[in-house]
Amino acid sequence: MKNLIDVQNLSLKFKTDEGLITAVDNVSFSIAQGEILGLVGESGSGKSVTAKSIMRLNPGNAVYSNDTKVFLNLEGQDPIDIMQLKTAKEMKVARGGAISMIFQEPMASFAPAISIGDQMVEQLLIHTDYNAKQAKKYSIEMLDRVGISDADKRFSQFAFELSGGMRQRAMIAMALSTKPKLLIADEPTTALDVTIQLQVIDLMKDLVKEFGMAILFITHDLGVIAQTADKVAVMYLGKLIEKGEVRDVLRNPSHPYTQGLIDALPRLDNLDAPLKAIKGDIPSPLERPNGCIFHTRCPKDMVTACRNIVPDFTALNPKHEAACHLINKEATS
Amino acid sequence: MNENKSKNLPPLIKTENLSVHYPLRNTKLFGPPPVVRAVEGVDIQIEAGSFFGLVGESGSGKTTLGRALLKAAPITHGTIEYNDGEKKFNIDNISKADLIEYRKRAQLIFQDPYAALSPRMTVRDIIAEPLEVMGITKTREETDARVREIASKCRISLEHLRRFPHAFSGGQRQRISIARALVSNPKFVVADESVAALDVSIQADVLNLLKEIQREMGLAFLFISHDLSVVAHVCDHVAVMYLGRLVESAPTRDLFAAPRHPYTRALLSAIPSLNPDDRGKAQKLEGEIPSPTNPPPGCKFNTRCPFAIDICKQKEPILEQSDGHGVACHRWQELMNK
Repeated sequence: MKNLIDVQNLSLKFKTDEGLITAVDNVSFSIAQGEILGLVGESGSGKSVTAKSIMRLNPGNAVYSNDTKVFLNLEGQDPIDIMQLKTAKEMKVARGGAISMIFQEPMASFAPAISIGDQMVEQLLIHTDYNAKQAKKYSIEMLDRVGISDADKRFSQFAFELSGGMRQRAMIAMALSTKPKLLIADEPTTALDVTIQLQVIDLMKDLVKEFGMAILFITHDLGVIAQTADKVAVMYLGKLIEKGEVRDVLRNPSHPYTQGLIDALPRLDNLDAPLKAIKGDIPSPLERPNGCIFHTRCPKDMVTACRNIVPDFTALNPKHEAACHLINKEATS
Repeated sequence: MNENKSKNLPPLIKTENLSVHYPLRNTKLFGPPPVVRAVEGVDIQIEAGSFFGLVGESGSGKTTLGRALLKAAPITHGTIEYNDGEKKFNIDNISKADLIEYRKRAQLIFQDPYAALSPRMTVRDIIAEPLEVMGITKTREETDARVREIASKCRISLEHLRRFPHAFSGGQRQRISIARALVSNPKFVVADESVAALDVSIQADVLNLLKEIQREMGLAFLFISHDLSVVAHVCDHVAVMYLGRLVESAPTRDLFAAPRHPYTRALLSAIPSLNPDDRGKAQKLEGEIPSPTNPPPGCKFNTRCPFAIDICKQKEPILEQSDGHGVACHRWQELMNK
């Protein structure tokens, strides 16, 4: 089966007054239909920029490299390279057509002076054949489907009248109403309380099953990944450093950064375990380290190559790979 | 903490029946304006030199409680006593002169290190400002010496003192905020979601720093957080709030080993586990926290509690203490035996 989305060699720099800043460096991944890929990383790692690249939503000063390819494979159609789309009309398939996105802060993503319902209807009129009346009926059905009570009343309310959890549900209803094949969820639960987060995660998992769509789930929370994703990709300073099946990566993390992230999490099963921080701070994107991007913070005994040569991915098993020079060294010694 | 108990020292902070209400604008023609009961009838004791955790969802009143203890929120009813052995204050009814003295002894660290530091001041000036405002140091040399001392304690390198906050990352900025809060040598510090804005790899570093400082300087922290796993690791004692009420309060180990309130259990269960095989095992709470202007009658949690019965909807439970573990639930004993 072909992958729904195939991102190949995604590299992206931003033109700024201080020169070109590398935001994403040679990132490749794919998502199959019905699959949830978790993209994990800390702030500044480039995970949101990566996601926005798939819809070409990055600002005008973004410069993609020439070999960047983002293929969208829709059933019964030739693959579409989203990077080659030119007009706004062509772009519709990637923006709200086959791909939808939900954001971290739903309060900032809804227009404050237009009712929730009008915003839902508007996009349905653009992306579907519904007339206004059908669009309204369908929007109310969707609000109801995501667990919003009194959906017909909520339809005419504004974003500020809803609670945080309710707003995120409305956002999900809106994103799914065009029946996308891929949903990009950028930190959808970060602003929510844990009890509400659990509700929203369950809802998203149900919807994946029901609509058979794929999700690119972006988060900094490895626990959320463990509970939702099938596959996971770990990002640091614009590069992928480890990817694989969620069980393999979490149980057998092979990149020192992934190991550090897991060790830094406070665990409830052992309250005596000391909290282990990863030493140092994330380097500024203006001063990207040479060689392995993580070498300035790596706690391991490094080899010369770590400081000079960018490591390639090494396969640990057919579905799990990590980009670290030390994997081969440890294997041979 | 134990040392203080054996010497029978009074608690550093003690509140009785503390309530903070905010009146809203009156939308009705007649009758009193609606009131937000942000904190209602809270009794807590914070021992000197301890790490006291306060958890709850947004809207549970934890920030308001923290602010009331600093006399930064209006106290509607109840009392707050502060006693550090040298000075004793009734915070709910404090004179202006005493309040100035109290401000030196009680400080606050904010959540967002990007918003809390003035972009136009150097790190040195930011840390020195409390000393100058409160008149703690008399000369510039004295101020500089104190700033350098606290900076090195908070692992801020001395050459950074001349720079401006924009040059620093989130973790470094939070260390600057901590240094500013500690420079007046307080006995009590409220840390309101102080690691919530930080990345996990940095969060552990700041938590370790807070812990180290607390031990070294012997001060007491009120650590407000929505993250139970963080609280579990740093606090000696944890109190759980829901809709302005204290629903459970216990030494950390007791609370996490045997949570008594159904809300605490649901909160613990909702933390996403790192084990992918735990999927679907979390206990899901339906609904959301009700509005504090119109709280439900009886136990405030009854609208979401899977164990609520008639009495829960009629009578508000009081915080019952047994073995140093307090819980406000009509059915906790019965539920523990299940």
